[in-house]
Parts: sequence; C-alpha cells; structure tokens
Amino acid sequence: MTKPLTGAQIMCEALIREGVEVMFGIPGGAIMPFYYAMWDYRDRLRHVLCRHEQGAGHAAEGYARATGRLGVCIGTSGPGATNLVTPIADAMMDSTPLLAITGQVGSHVLGKDAFQETDITGITMPITKHNYLVKNVDELPYVFKEAIHIATTGRPGPVLIDITKDAMQKTTVPNWDIKLNLPGYKPTYQGNRRQIREAIKLLISAKKPLIIAGHGIIMAGAHRELQEFAERLRIPVITTLHGIGAIPENHPLAIGMPGMHGWVHVNRAIQECDVLFNIGGRFDDRVTGKASTFAPNARIIHVDIDPSEIGKNVRVDVPIVGDARLVLQALLEDLPPPSELAELHTHASDWMEHIREMQDKHQGKQQYKNRAAMANMSLPPHDVYEALSRTLNARGNYRVVTDVGQHQMWAAQLIDWNQGPRTHITSGGAGTMGFAVPAALGVAIAYPNETVWAIVGDGGFQMTNQEMATIMQEGLKNIKVAVINNGYLGMVRQWQELFEHKRYSGTPLSGPNFAKLAEAYGWKGITVERSEDVQSAIDEAHATDGPVLIDFRVEREVNVFPMVPQNKSIGEMILSESQA
Amino acid sequence: MKKHTIVALLQDRPGVLSRVIGLIRRRGYNIESLAVGHSETPGVSRLTIVVESEHVEQVVKQLYRLIEVLKVSDVTDDPTVEREMTMIKLHAPPAARHEIISMCSVFGARIVDVGSNTMIIEMTGTPGKVENFIEVVRPYGIKEMMRTGRIAMVRGARGHNAGEYVEPATNGVAVPALN
Ligand SMILES: Cc1ncc(C[n+]2csc(CCOP(=O)(O)OP(=O)(O)O)c2C)c(N)n1
Ligand SMILES: [Mg+2]
Repeated sequence: MTKPLTGAQIMCEALIREGVEVMFGIPGGAIMPFYYAMWDYRDRLRHVLCRHEQGAGHAAEGYARATGRLGVCIGTSGPGATNLVTPIADAMMDSTPLLAITGQVGSHVLGKDAFQETDITGITMPITKHNYLVKNVDELPYVFKEAIHIATTGRPGPVLIDITKDAMQKTTVPNWDIKLNLPGYKPTYQGNRRQIREAIKLLISAKKPLIIAGHGIIMAGAHRELQEFAERLRIPVITTLHGIGAIPENHPLAIGMPGMHGWVHVNRAIQECDVLFNIGGRFDDRVTGKASTFAPNARIIHVDIDPSEIGKNVRVDVPIVGDARLVLQALLEDLPPPSELAELHTHASDWMEHIREMQDKHQGKQQYKNRAAMANMSLPPHDVYEALSRTLNARGNYRVVTDVGQHQMWAAQLIDWNQGPRTHITSGGAGTMGFAVPAALGVAIAYPNETVWAIVGDGGFQMTNQEMATIMQEGLKNIKVAVINNGYLGMVRQWQELFEHKRYSGTPLSGPNFAKLAEAYGWKGITVERSEDVQSAIDEAHATDGPVLIDFRVEREVNVFPMVPQNKSIGEMILSESQA
Repeated sequence: MKKHTIVALLQDRPGVLSRVIGLIRRRGYNIESLAVGHSETPGVSRLTIVVESEHVEQVVKQLYRLIEVLKVSDVTDDPTVEREMTMIKLHAPPAARHEIISMCSVFGARIVDVGSNTMIIEMTGTPGKVENFIEVVRPYGIKEMMRTGRIAMVRGARGHNAGEYVEPATNGVAVPALN
C-alpha cells in the first residue's frame, strides 16, 4: 500500500486490521479529524454515539467483558478525555481490555494551556496499563498495534492513546510492516512445571481442599478445564464476584460466593480448609476480610498471570505465574490416574458433606427471603430476584449487568448463575456506580440475540441513565432495566444503620418517576409496588419488542446479609441487624 | 524500615521516569534517593533508586508491571560499589582556607572554584563518606549544597548488560522513538 493516508485514516485502518468493529464515543474539536475519516469507514467501523464519555467508556467495557475482545471508546481533548477517566480506572481494576482514544490539541500549542488542553497521559498514568501521546503521524501504525497488543494480552487492561490534532491531519504512507519492540513486556503464560507438580502434591494430600475461581478463569476461558479439574479431584469450588460463571451454581461441587457478602458456609469452609487453591482471583480485601486472619490453616496455591498479585495480600506457599487455562491444562495432564485417587475421594465426600451441612444450617437464599420481618413488606427486594432468577433461567439466553450497591450483592447472591462465563458482568474492583446501564448497552451490541438485563440501584441509575437515549437511537431492543428503587443510597445507608447509629447523612434519595422517564426516552416503563406484580412485569418486559424499564419500588430499609463487617475476619459474619 | 538499593534498566521512552516515580509514590514507598542516566546501550537507561520498604519484592514486582521496565534487581545484599557526589559552597575566608584545603585532601575532595570568601568543593565517595565529609566541613558554614542520588553497580561478573534486554530493530523497520 503506497497511497498516502491522513493520520486519522491510518487510525481507522489500524483499528480494522486489529479486528475492531464497534467504537463508543463523542466527538469534539481535537478529535474531529478522526470523525471526518470515520465517515469513509462507517460500514466497517460502527460508531455508537453515547451521551456522556463515561457512558462510552462503560459501554466499551461492557462489550469487552461480554466478549473478551477489545472495547474501544473515544473522547475529545480536555473534558472529553477527563470524562473517560472513571471507566479507564474501572477497566484497570477489573482487568478489562479497553482502548481509549483521545484527541489532543495541536502539537504547536501543546503545553501552553490551549483551549481544551489537558494532560490526559499524565492523568491516566496510574490507571492505565500503558499510555501514549502521539505527535507524529508516522508513529500511528506502530502505536496502535503496540497499544492493542498490550491491552489484550497478559493481564488485560486499559490503554490510552492521545493523538494531537495535527498528527491526525497530516498525511503519510503508512508502514504496516510492524515488528513489536517490547523487550520489557513478556507475559508468562505457561506455569512452572515444578510448581504445578508441587500444587498437585499439596491438593492430593489435602483433607479439606478448596478452589477459589476468580476472574482469571473467565478471562482465560478456562471454565471447562476448571470444572474437569475440580471433578477429577472432587474439590468444592468457590466463585468470587467476578468468578461467577466459572462453574454453574447447580453443579454439585459449586458452593457459592466468599467474602463480605458471601455465604456463611463458604467463609467458614475457607477458615477450615487445609489447602486453598486460588486460580485467577487476587485475594481482594472484599474476599479476604482482615487478611491476617484469612484461611489460617491453609497452605495456599495461587495462580495468577500477574506476578505482582502473588503474595501481595496473603502469604502464598505455591506461587504459579501463568494463564489460568494453560495452567489448568498442565495440572490435568499431571494428575495421577483415578485409581490412585480413591482415598482422596473418600475425604472429599466427608468434606463436602460437612460444607453442605453448614450450608443447610446457614444458607441464605431461603432463610433470608423468608425471614419473618419480610412478611409484612409489600415488595421485599428478594422477591424481585427470585422471579428474575426463575424466569431468566427458564428462558436462557440472557446476560445480566449489575451496578454497585445492595442490589448488586443481592444479584450475586440470589440469582442462580447457571448460564456460564461472561453472563454476569459488574463493576467489582472499582465499584463504579453508573456502570450498569451503559455497560449493558455494550453487551447488547455484542449479543443482539440475547436478552440483556441491567440491574441497578436508584442511585447508580441516576448517574448514567442518559444512555437510555443511546440505546434508543441504536435501536437496541434487547435491553431490560430493573431499577431496585429503595429511595436510598442503600449500601451506604446499610453501613450507617449497622455501624453509625442510623445517622442517614446524605443517603435518602429521591428521583423522578423512572417509568415515565423511560417513556420519555421512547422506552416502555413499568412501575411495580407489590410482590404479586413482579412476575407479570418481567414477563411483559420479555414480551416487549423494545427496551423496557421496570421501576421496582422495593421496601426501603432492607439490609444485605450475611455480612462481614469491615476489617473483621471472614469467620465473624453477622446474619442480622441485631448482631451488628 | 529497611532501605533497599534497587537497580533497574529502563527502555528510554518519554515519561518512563514519571511512571517509575509515580508508581513508587502511589504504592506508598518512600524514595530516599534516585539517579538515572544513560547506560552502555543506546535506548536503555540505568536507574538506581533507594527506597524504604518492608516489602521490597512488591516494589520489584510492581516495577516490572511497567511496560518499559526491562530488568529490576534488588542489590541491597549484593557486593556493590556505591557512589554519590556532592558540591558544597563553603564559607572560606582567606584565614580558613589552608585548613579547608588539607581537610579536602584527606577526603579526596577537589576544590573547583575559589571566590573572595567562598570555595566550591566537589566530592565523590560512598554515601557514608560523603556524609562524613559534610559533617566535617559544616562548622565552616555551608552556603549551598547539592547532592546527587546514589548510583550503584554490582561487583564482578554479576550484574546485567543492558544490551541483553533490547533487540536490535530488524527488517528495516525503524522503531519510533515515540517523540
Ligand atoms: C461513583 C460512585 N460514587 C459513590 C459510591 C459509593 N457507594 C457505594 S454503594 C452506594 C449506594 C448505591 O446506591 P444505589 O445505586 O441506590 O444502590 P443500592 O445500594 O440502594 O442498591 C454508594 C453511594 C460508589 N461506589 N461509586
Ligand atoms: Mg438505592
């Protein structure tokens, strides 16, 4: 190819070469040359105009999280770029492959406080896996290739490319004969074989082993290997918030979620276990509680693709750096034949029986739903989840995106997650309110033939609900939004109730009539105030050929239990208000 | 808290030093001293950094997360040669000069400028020796002082040649310097 192209055309070509099909963004002065060039590529590069760059960033995240592919978002210089900061930070915390493209002022005025100039590479340095400022059109093919390589390989993450307006306008003959020069970036994929054998030895000698399946399983597509490995050794499997989908919850070895709002039997099992095998989880403090008290009796095996995660929060006996899938494959290869595992299997059934007994005694799903206190409520939130879980699983073909707060934890706890990987998507590491609606938009674009539910609090919904207009404009009929409307910033209120003498500072929350708001956007809006209307509303949402919002006006002051109070051991869960 | 001397090889790209410093600050480690400059290989810088940290292996691992970081070694317990340089502008009236000059020769310091009432002294040595020298001349009256960061090199055959970590650009494709 010897035809000279503008920098902006080169950007489009580079994205297409890397397999990008969709981008989410908002134009503006400094990025206009890119939009000018985009016009010629509009049949191959779909641009989704969002209503706020934060929405564009979360939409790209949703797309990436649901597909495993790169998500791309675009903003102009200055405020356009700073509006992308939140989704970039979110993608960093949740290891999401995200490419943020921002326009920058012309190179001749760079550094002179020009109109809409912001040092976005400086701002995003700590929240990107890597970032670039490009001032020279000739660098564009290389930088795009390298940036996308970095975003999507190893431990994925966000990468930002800031491009001066003149670099997009100048023309050059692009050189696509690119050899990446990244001597300092060589992710380790294959686990160390000796450590792998060490891990097997430990697991085989264990009497009370446990597996924690984290986000790494989902990202590596290792769910089949995980299941096979767990089945071969009959080890119970815990799924973290981001590990949901790694094993169906109706699998006999699946025991549920750990941590702050995990289940009592899961946390107790962790405190009792003698070998803890964490694959692709990072021992986040929401999982470990007070880290020094975590799994006191366990030898810990930790598999992570990022060496810096190993030994960061908890001590590790067998560290394995590698890709979850490749490591599990190696583990499977090195397992002894079933004939040698008979004794192990006897221990395994005793251990499992013990865990299930604890579960029968403490398990939340039924107990919390049927608590006497809920008997007089016209709409306990639990009823919404019960109906959603039942209906979605009966219909299949769904994905759920949740926001941040009580409704998020209830979703993780109360929906039966049997649908496989990448069907539960939430903002975990950063806990970004406002994630769900725009992320659902990205998911719905990736999977137009599936139903995408966004479950969102009344607080988080009001942070990014403007993306309802985007959803309408893009003709996305497969999005359904469930607002769990409790009139509070509920999760904060819960902490205030339990630990801060019910001083409800800044948590009571009003809102517009959400159903009417949805109607104003051209959606169908439904309001539900009583348990007996939940099912018909959900059915109506499914029957409607278009986006639907259901405003579930739930009981206002219900708490998420069980709960580990902050900085407490996960062995010290509280099960009701009276124990706080 | 224990002080660690870390030597790192960095791919010479814009912003790499702010990435390193930003990372160390945000992870909560204190930088006691830092020095950076060209290495034996074009395109690669060598950095010596002294940090206070209980968890130096975390510092090392976190540094490796930076794309341009090629090699990181904690050389605290290795046999190394460590040097630091200082320049001191000392109050030096003619009557005191003789004494100051003999002091300098004991420490191997050099007088690089003489004014009517001042002298600029340059001194290079181990951080401890530099420290001692400063204390010895302090009573004369230090008007200005500047110290470089510490640089360290592992003795003998150990250590790392920067050339090992960069591949020469091949097939005629110039790798952009990215600025
Ligand atoms: C952007 C942002 N701001 C503030 C918070 C702190 N925060 C965590 S949960 C929460 C309450 C969320 O309220 P709502 O969206 O109504 O959900 P609920 O907890 O009531 O289900 C808040 C304010 C946050 N996580 N993200
Ligand atoms: Mg709320």
